[in-house]
Amino acid sequence: MKTIMKYVVADLIRNKVIVVYAIILAVLSFSVLSIDENPAKGLLSLLNVTLLFVPLISILFATIYYFNSIEFIELLLAQPVRRNKVLLAEYAGLTISLSLAYLLGVGLPVMIISPNLAAITLLMSGFLLTLIFTAIALLIFVLFKDKTKGIGAAIAAAMFFTLLFDGLLLIFIYSFNEYPIDKAVLGITAFNPVDLARILMLLQLDVAVLMGYSGALFKKFLGTGTGSVYVVVCMLFWVLLPLLLSVRVFRKKDL
Amino acid sequence: MPRLIITILFIFFVFNGNAKTIVVRADKANAIKNALAYCADGDTLTIEKGLYKEQDILVSKRITILGKDYPVIDGVKKGQLIVVVRDSVTISGLQLQNTGRSSMTDMAAIRLQNVKSVSVTNNKLVNNTYGVYLQNSHYCLVYKNTIKADAKDELNSGNGIHAWKSTHLLLQSNNISGHRDGIYFEFVTDSRIINNTSTENIRYGLHFMFSHKDVYTHNSFINNGSGVAVMYSKQVEMYYNTFRHNWGDASYAILLKEIADSKIEHNLFDKNTVGIYMEGTSRIQVLYNEFVENGWAMRVQSSCDNNVFEKNNFLSNSFDVATNGTMMLNTFNNNYWDKYDGYDLDKNKVGDVPYYPVSMYSVVTERVPTAMILYRSFLTDIMNRVEKVMPSIVPDKLKDDNPLMKSLKLR
Repeated sequence: MKTIMKYVVADLIRNKVIVVYAIILAVLSFSVLSIDENPAKGLLSLLNVTLLFVPLISILFATIYYFNSIEFIELLLAQPVRRNKVLLAEYAGLTISLSLAYLLGVGLPVMIISPNLAAITLLMSGFLLTLIFTAIALLIFVLFKDKTKGIGAAIAAAMFFTLLFDGLLLIFIYSFNEYPIDKAVLGITAFNPVDLARILMLLQLDVAVLMGYSGALFKKFLGTGTGSVYVVVCMLFWVLLPLLLSVRVFRKKDL
Repeated sequence: MPRLIITILFIFFVFNGNAKTIVVRADKANAIKNALAYCADGDTLTIEKGLYKEQDILVSKRITILGKDYPVIDGVKKGQLIVVVRDSVTISGLQLQNTGRSSMTDMAAIRLQNVKSVSVTNNKLVNNTYGVYLQNSHYCLVYKNTIKADAKDELNSGNGIHAWKSTHLLLQSNNISGHRDGIYFEFVTDSRIINNTSTENIRYGLHFMFSHKDVYTHNSFINNGSGVAVMYSKQVEMYYNTFRHNWGDASYAILLKEIADSKIEHNLFDKNTVGIYMEGTSRIQVLYNEFVENGWAMRVQSSCDNNVFEKNNFLSNSFDVATNGTMMLNTFNNNYWDKYDGYDLDKNKVGDVPYYPVSMYSVVTERVPTAMILYRSFLTDIMNRVEKVMPSIVPDKLKDDNPLMKSLKLR
């Protein structure tokens, strides 16, 4: 498994797209952080970048990469290696390269210019988002046979999680405003990893305002460390579930 | 004529070194009370180190009470400790602890009752219902006391320094924590509160009612249940205070209710749920303050009029200003808003387009609090942008016509 991972990482670095991704992120972070004298503002812009682009790029690139390496996978499977090992190695290799690119690209400038807890939280949520969306890409890869359909599904998934979900949630909140929906809303956000990442960041940046709402649940949940722990646990589930599902599907897949 | 001579003789008698010093040791029960019986006006009562279990010590002579190495006067949870009913008494260097608790009288460690020119300095007040209680007293000094308690709820607790119907008080450099209200003023005028620290009180760090012409400067109010409340007062001046970390759904760094003709200048509001909450206030000058990382820097209800907000810094607040209506009779001018994204073509360091401090999402969450969960998402960003191009729900009269491009150096 290690050998396969090594090959995947080497291949990706030779591919240079990952390097370009890291450089773009680095330039962006440096400029955003140094433009304003207030680093918290820069961090907010980076949060937007992380929440919008990291899922999109991770899922698209990963899907394309999986589909492109289908021959390599088939070749490997002709050898005496287990199917799930090959699949997980592919995933691990890709995730390592993508998250390294993110952590270097955003992490380095952030840690140089404004190293604080909010910055670490930002890196953490970006890292988790990378893990999650490459896992979802893997699921898309094993579910679809056709590359075009797969990429379409990836775009649809990214759009759903970054935009559509929030729209639907807002409609839900508006229409059931009169009811005690705090708990329900918190539960629903668990179904969207992007929202989870955003809430993780909100808990860092806007606790003061979140404490201003009288909902006891909000206060209890968000005021203590429980909120952050809950969010991180939910996000880890978002990594594990697609991975397990894809392994199951791939085991029986007719290649 | 003989009467005049007698008076002169009397004054001579009093001021001519006839004052004596009486030393009290903790060897008998009621040592302090017994010693007080021997005191005459002008005497000094020195209390040696030790534990004195006495209550309701009535000081009815013009004396100085000095503690040596903080002798402990313990009320064993019964009654009050020292009650001063005579002018010009000084109480210094004592540790007073464990007053009783009663719903009939406010049990205080030191109660000043209808007196003038009393000073209470350098004492440690531990675990009392009320710390220093000034009742109809004037020209009194409360200086460098440490007042501590661990109140659990509002009903069974009292205030650190409680002043009622008094004038010309000076409260300076006291350290108050764990009471109901740190400092409580009711019908107190012409007084000064300087350089005090009021922390971890379960209700307000400072509570102000019907108290006019008071000044408070250089105080710190940190981590109190609901911050500071100033109500029904006129001509209150607040300078150089620090309000930090007052969190909760009913928590404000300063709550202003029915205040007029006051000044709030050079204060720091850091990490509070609401920086300044205003209701029914008129003609207040809010100048040179810094609002950093608050939930709402200000909530200005539409019942406020003729207030001026100028030359303040608004940095990293979740929301800058919130309001509850569309009417706005106050002036915002020349502030620095870190969320301002206008331009300055003529390079005069003032933005060329006005800034609207009420963001669309703060209006939305005002109506639908649960929507807060979607704050800072891409969708709400888009909504904010659209609102900026086509304002429809943001109160358009609330604006800063001359926002500054660079933050002010205030501290």
